Amino acid sequence: MTKPIIEVKNLKKVYGGREILKNIALTVNEGDTVVIIGPSGTGKSTFLRCLNLLTYPDSGEIWLDGKLINAPGVNQDEVRQHYGMVFQDFLLFNHLTALGNVMIGLTKVKGLNQETAKEKAMKELRHVGMQDHIDQYPGQLSGGQKQRVAIARALAMDPRVILFDEPTSALDPELIGEVLGVMKKLALEGMTMVCVTHEMGFAREVADRIVFMEGGVVVEEGNPNEMFYHPKVQRTKEFLWKITELYASSEKK
Amino acid sequence: MFINILFYILSGAGITLSVIAIALPVGLVLGVLLSLVRVYGGKLFSGLAAVYSTIMRGIPHVVLLFILFFVLAGTINLSPLLAGAVSLAIISSGYQLEIFRGAIQSIGGGQMMAARALGMTKLKAIRYIILPQALRVAIPSWSNEVASIIKDSSLVYALGVPEILRRAQFMSASTYQPFIAYGIAAVLYFIMTFLAGRLLDKLETKTKIPCLQLEK
Repeated sequence: MTKPIIEVKNLKKVYGGREILKNIALTVNEGDTVVIIGPSGTGKSTFLRCLNLLTYPDSGEIWLDGKLINAPGVNQDEVRQHYGMVFQDFLLFNHLTALGNVMIGLTKVKGLNQETAKEKAMKELRHVGMQDHIDQYPGQLSGGQKQRVAIARALAMDPRVILFDEPTSALDPELIGEVLGVMKKLALEGMTMVCVTHEMGFAREVADRIVFMEGGVVVEEGNPNEMFYHPKVQRTKEFLWKITELYASSEKK
Repeated sequence: MFINILFYILSGAGITLSVIAIALPVGLVLGVLLSLVRVYGGKLFSGLAAVYSTIMRGIPHVVLLFILFFVLAGTINLSPLLAGAVSLAIISSGYQLEIFRGAIQSIGGGQMMAARALGMTKLKAIRYIILPQALRVAIPSWSNEVASIIKDSSLVYALGVPEILRRAQFMSASTYQPFIAYGIAAVLYFIMTFLAGRLLDKLETKTKIPCLQLEK
C-alpha cells in the first residue's frame, strides 16, 4: 500500500506574473486519501488541475505511476484518462441524462459499445446510489444527486486517482452528507483520492494525510492526528482552529 | 388575369426554393465551422474570423452579392443561380458565425473542462459536448437568420435569375398591375418565412433539455 502513484517535485505555476504555486512537492501513495486544505486563493485548485494537466505547470515534475507526464511529447488526453475529476459546480453535461453522463466517456473515449458501456455505467450509478434516477437530466436533479452522478462519471473510467475540487462547497448543508458518504465509501474501498475540501469531519475521519497549503507553498503536512492535535507550525493551528469552529455546526448533522 | 399572374410568379417559386436550399445549409456549415475557429482557433485564426464577419456584416448585401457573383461566376464559371446562392451563403455565414459564437460561449468553459478531464480530445469535446448544447441554444436566433436568407433570396433577381421577385417585376411591367404582382410575391415570401419559423419553433420545443432553466 505504500507504492507512490503520484509524485510531484518542484511544481511551479505563474499566472500573469504572480506565482500561484511555488516549489510544491507531494507524494500520493496507492489507496491514500489526501486532503488539501488552505485559505482560498492559495492555489489548491490550480494544483489539482496541474495534476491532470488541465492547467499546464511552468516547471517541475509530475510523475504518475512512474511516468513523467509533463514532458514534451506526452499525450495529455491519454494521461487524463487515468484521472477522475469531480468539480465544485458538478459540471454534468446538461444535454445528457444521468446515464448518458456516465456513458459518454466510456463510448467516446474508451470506445466501448453501447451495451457494455451501459452495463458499466449502471454499476457505477448503483455504487453511488443513483440507480433510480438514470433517465433524469441534470436540471431535474438536486445538487447532491448531481455530484453523485459526477462521481459515478469519474469512477466509470476506472481512474488510478480521483481528484475532488471542493465537491461539497456548492451544496446545501442538508445535501453535503450524501456526497461525503459516497466519498467515505470510496476511500474505504481503497480508491486513491486527492481532495480539496473544508469538511474537517471528513478529513479527520478518512484522510491518511492532510496537507495545509498557503501562498503557493505546502506549509505543513501530516496525518490527521498530528495536524489537528500537534501541529508544528503556528499558522496551521490557527487555520485549523478557525475552520473547525466554522464548520462544527454543519458537522453535527 | 389574376390567375395568369399568379401562375407565372408561382413558377419562380421552385427557383427561389433552390436558392434557399443551397444558401441555407452551405451558410450553416460555414457559419458553424467559422464560429468554432472564432472561439477555439487561437489568436490569429480567431482574429481572421472576426475580420471576416465584420466585413460580411458591414457591407450592403446587394453590393456584396454583385462582388461575390462576379468573382464566383468569373473564376469557376457557375450559373447565375448557383453563384447567387453560394454568394448568399457566404454573406449569411458572417451572421451565422456570430450566432453560433454567442451560443458556444453561453455554454461556458466548465463543460469543456469536464469533457477534457474525462480524457476527451478538444475535437471530441466540441462534437459530443459543446455543439449539441450550443446548437440548441442557437435555434431562436438562427430562425431569425433563416427568415433573412429567405427574404434575401430575392436579391438574386438582380443577377437575372427568374425567381419570384424577377417574375413579379416582369408581370408588373407587362400587365400594369403592380399591386397584384408584388402582392403575390409578398404573400409567397411571407408564407415561406412563416412556415420556416413555425418549423423551427417545433424543433426548439422538441430538442429542449428538460428543466435546464430551473437549474439551481
